[in-house]
Amino acid sequence: MAPILIVFGPFAGSIIAGLFQRFIGDRGAQVITTGFLVLSALLSAWVFYDVIFAENARTIPLATWMQIGDFHATWSLRLDPLSAVMLVVVTSVSALVHVYSWGYMSDDPHRARFFSYLSLFTFAMLMLVTADDFLQLFFGWEGVGLASYLLIGFWYKKKSANNAAIKAFVTNRVGDFGFALGIMAIFAVFGSVSFDSVFSDVEGMSALSWSFLGMEYNAIELIAFLLFIGAMGKSAQFFLHVWLPDAMEGPTPVSALIHAATMVTAGVFLVCRCYPLFEAAPLTSAFVTIIGATTALYAATVGLAQNDIKRVIAYSTCSQLGYMFFAAGLGLYSAAMFHLFTHAFFKALLFLGAGSVIHGLHNEQDMRKMGGTFQALPATYLLMIIGTLALTGVGIPGTPLGFAGFFSKDMIIEEAFMMGEEGVPFGMLAFWVGVIAAGLTSFYSWRLIFMTFHGKFRGEKEVLDHAHESPPVMMIPLILLAVGAIFAGITFKDQFVGRNAFTFWEESLPAGPYAEGNYGDEYRASLAEDVLAGHTDLESESLEAAVGEGDASAPSQTTDSPAGAAASGEVGEAHGGHHPPTWVLWTPLFVTVFGFALAWFLYVRHEGFGARLAARKGPLHSFLLNKWYFDELYHFVFVRGTAALGDIFWKVGDRRIIDGFGPNGFAASAMAAARRLSRAQSGFLYHYAFVMLIGVVALTLWAMTGAGGE
Amino acid sequence: MLSAVTFAPLAGALVIILFKMFSRAEDSAFIEKNARGVALLTTLVTFALSIMVLIQFDPQNPGFQMVEYVPWFTELGMGYRMGVDGLSVLFVLLTAFLMPIAILASWKVEKRVADYMIAFLLLETLMIGVFCALDIVLFYIFFEGGLIPMFLIIGVWGGANRVYAAFKFFLYTLLGSVLMLVAMVFMYLQAGTTNIEVLLATPFAAEVQTWLWLAFFASFAVKMPMWPVHTWLPDAHVEAPTAGSVILASVLLKMGGYGFLRFSIPMFPDATAYFTPLVFTLSVIAIIYTSLVAFRQTDIKKLIAYSSIAHMGLVTMGLFALTELGVQGAIFQMLSHGIVAGALFLAVGVIYDRMHTREIAFYGGLVHRMPVYAAILALFSLANIGLPGTSGFVGEIMAMIGTFQVSTWAAAGAAIGVILSAVYMLTAYRNLVLGDLTNPKLAEINDMNIREWAIFMPLIIVTLVLGFFSTLITDVTAASVEQLLSNYQAALAASAQ
Repeated sequence: MAPILIVFGPFAGSIIAGLFQRFIGDRGAQVITTGFLVLSALLSAWVFYDVIFAENARTIPLATWMQIGDFHATWSLRLDPLSAVMLVVVTSVSALVHVYSWGYMSDDPHRARFFSYLSLFTFAMLMLVTADDFLQLFFGWEGVGLASYLLIGFWYKKKSANNAAIKAFVTNRVGDFGFALGIMAIFAVFGSVSFDSVFSDVEGMSALSWSFLGMEYNAIELIAFLLFIGAMGKSAQFFLHVWLPDAMEGPTPVSALIHAATMVTAGVFLVCRCYPLFEAAPLTSAFVTIIGATTALYAATVGLAQNDIKRVIAYSTCSQLGYMFFAAGLGLYSAAMFHLFTHAFFKALLFLGAGSVIHGLHNEQDMRKMGGTFQALPATYLLMIIGTLALTGVGIPGTPLGFAGFFSKDMIIEEAFMMGEEGVPFGMLAFWVGVIAAGLTSFYSWRLIFMTFHGKFRGEKEVLDHAHESPPVMMIPLILLAVGAIFAGITFKDQFVGRNAFTFWEESLPAGPYAEGNYGDEYRASLAEDVLAGHTDLESESLEAAVGEGDASAPSQTTDSPAGAAASGEVGEAHGGHHPPTWVLWTPLFVTVFGFALAWFLYVRHEGFGARLAARKGPLHSFLLNKWYFDELYHFVFVRGTAALGDIFWKVGDRRIIDGFGPNGFAASAMAAARRLSRAQSGFLYHYAFVMLIGVVALTLWAMTGAGGE
Repeated sequence: MLSAVTFAPLAGALVIILFKMFSRAEDSAFIEKNARGVALLTTLVTFALSIMVLIQFDPQNPGFQMVEYVPWFTELGMGYRMGVDGLSVLFVLLTAFLMPIAILASWKVEKRVADYMIAFLLLETLMIGVFCALDIVLFYIFFEGGLIPMFLIIGVWGGANRVYAAFKFFLYTLLGSVLMLVAMVFMYLQAGTTNIEVLLATPFAAEVQTWLWLAFFASFAVKMPMWPVHTWLPDAHVEAPTAGSVILASVLLKMGGYGFLRFSIPMFPDATAYFTPLVFTLSVIAIIYTSLVAFRQTDIKKLIAYSSIAHMGLVTMGLFALTELGVQGAIFQMLSHGIVAGALFLAVGVIYDRMHTREIAFYGGLVHRMPVYAAILALFSLANIGLPGTSGFVGEIMAMIGTFQVSTWAAAGAAIGVILSAVYMLTAYRNLVLGDLTNPKLAEINDMNIREWAIFMPLIIVTLVLGFFSTLITDVTAASVEQLLSNYQAALAASAQ
């Protein structure tokens, strides 16, 4: 019952708020939707415990959606560790965003509609993560796309918002084109669309080749590739990223919930959910790595030059999603999910913090008109600093001290190195891109902080005089997210990627090479060998005890980071552990500090230096500011191209060729008859009816005499 | 039972005709006034009867049911035969379901109301007859007969350029049908009967099939309409009154698809297999070409008309995939499109009734004055885009999955159409509904009234329910589709030997 309430509660809230807003009013809509969401979040926490720690993974079937022959699509709720993690992320961030919106949207005349959309989004997202087959996943996938469209265009008077909404929906549809073809290919190859039967057949199909658009492909590679196209659209990866920055036209809470914490991570979730397919598709996985790495780097460079506070964070999201993807491409699924998990907290924190700034400065989003606001917004300042520290992954290697991003992002970077060492394609590339992007991330994140809060205020004085800290209803969600941004990494590290990863993920996701190398069967076996060599006389019971001890002692030495293991190297190496070299551990921190120092130098020490640099409009700056001119290119090729083709087909194809040679020749002679008809119109219908009857009789007779003639 | 459903509307029409003929001149106002009520009542009764047909219908039985036979020119091998199977019974229901809505949508027609209602009732009889006829002569009479009332509806109650549109419509469909008639005569000569049940079991020689297939194709392709014989449809839609557009898009176009299912595929299997690549090619061209054209339209009705052609392209593609999913998806798509396109034309009618223009540029910002209308139009626009959760998605995805098994090219082409549908539909929605309300003429426009609510409510419910529970449809059609396909495969296997 609880899972049904988790998923359908927000739906009920959305319907009530949407359809009955006239009766319950804005306040009623707020209370009802938020109430359902808070309930969902609490129940999700319970389900998380129930599924993962009480090992009660299950699938709840609800109804049949489509059933034709072997083709069977169901409505059901799949509760396994992977979906349980997503449930917690989605419902908790969504509940906090609902609460935050009480304050942020308090002046908006269409609050009921807003909350209805937010809850609708949550419902679709929950359907997505609890899907048990590809069709329901696609339902949620398109559903979140719809909610995103509605929320980006929430302020429908704004032309830019409407255009951004369409851009988001259509770009996503391009991705969905691939996703839909992927589903078709899955059914064609596997004869089923349900996860379990597809994934269990992957091995048997791994050598199958399939003809697609006249070329032969490995069937699994093809399917994984098509699915990944969908993921690229939803998660704004390179080539299909253009919609995400424009999506910032929506209200800020929307950006936090949909365009940072949840929806955009759906692509990562898809790849993780389908890991059996991607594991069997090395070429596609390499492609995923390349696209992820490219996006991580591309978005970070563009983030350097943006002036809109939300756009900076949007590019940062894009870049962090790139990290998740290259991790997944390298086979580090659990690390990708871990980063998804921590990222949800600190990125939502940063967005909502930016919202607090925007709210406090009366809807000013341009950082060039900010500065020196930390006195007016001290709490927001502090929280944004926490978010930035978490995003940039500050922490001390070898100790359990660090913010959430330190554990997840640095882990991805380090593991990319290890994969590169092992010869996984593009592992080294991903590592270096990860390092460089980490430096860029640090720079643009601190640039944001410095431009917003430090130095002199550059806007109109009146705005600063009226600047105010946000009300408690907005600050409390921020504080809770900040707690997550600080502790989510350290608390869950062992579960997601550490020694408990095996029991945490169970079958839903591989624990990853790190957990495998340090706590997996091989490691246990090597420990056991040592024990055996040393104490051959031991009984088997005490052997197990020894293994257990070894197991327990490992974390006490390695504490909670891979760094710890490396620092106290011998144990790990002696037992075939899995540890990156020390310089790899320290590199991300080094570039992060460097990025900070550079930002400080350019925007605090020599305040205005960055602005002067920008004012020179150098080619590099223009290139970055204009996002590598992707929008211009796409506009020219796709938007104008589509319009031009449409015009040609319509005006030349239809009018001139088809009509010109076809019916209009006829029509010319028919027009004469038409004029007679219009005179005849004065008659009555039964005259027509009579004529028609005669016609019918004549035709029938003709048919019969034609027949009789033989 | 089937005859009752078929001829109930005719009875209603006769009532109005009789009143007109035997009334004095001063009563004519009274008749005009009450013709609406008579027509609505008649169509509601017909709908009730069609539901009874569905209740009696046994979905497990793949063959014809509720067969009625009256001797009629028996010496020539003809007869009055009616019956339904899984392929046709839902089209009867669709027609009967939409007619009361169409009548209700015509409430504001002031010009020669009685004649208008007679035309519509006559049309309903003929449309239902098409789906029930089990004799090709009977089928032909219903099929062609439908042209005449539709021709009049466009030509008399249509817009400014109605005569051109009516003639284009009439000529196109008539020319196609003449070829079909010739083919029917030929079939009769070969088989010695016009009984469809017998003809279905009559094998035709492969070379004969080719010609027969092409002759039938000419008629059905125009009806669907398929590219490149589609240009009559946008003109007909633009000029037709709202209810005429609804019936045209929702039912008349489906006759083409039904014709493929009833004649082309089962009767000429060898030719069908031979021509499948042609149909795929034309379908994919239709989907992409007309979607692009739709994007450039400035007249909202034309846009929906072109969108209809694209959706029908998906139908022909799914039908000729000749896989269970493809055919089922195509049938589902036809029914769904009947609801969704009908609703879209009705939605255009709502603003046309108020402003008397269909120019998209005239509108903009309607949401400020008509929030309920904006929500309803949004729902049907999304259904037209094929968003999961609406009926539009189910047919689309099933047809595409079914086609992918046969031709990845066709499926990929159709999937491009899915992208383009979002482009033109959302752009049109933005231009009509969103943004600022700039045109001062719209300042006083009113939201939907109770009658309009009543029109849309059933359509909304059906769209959503079918979107979530598609087996309501597919369970009815399953047995007949399975039989259609197994017969088809058997015929191909037989001729291969």
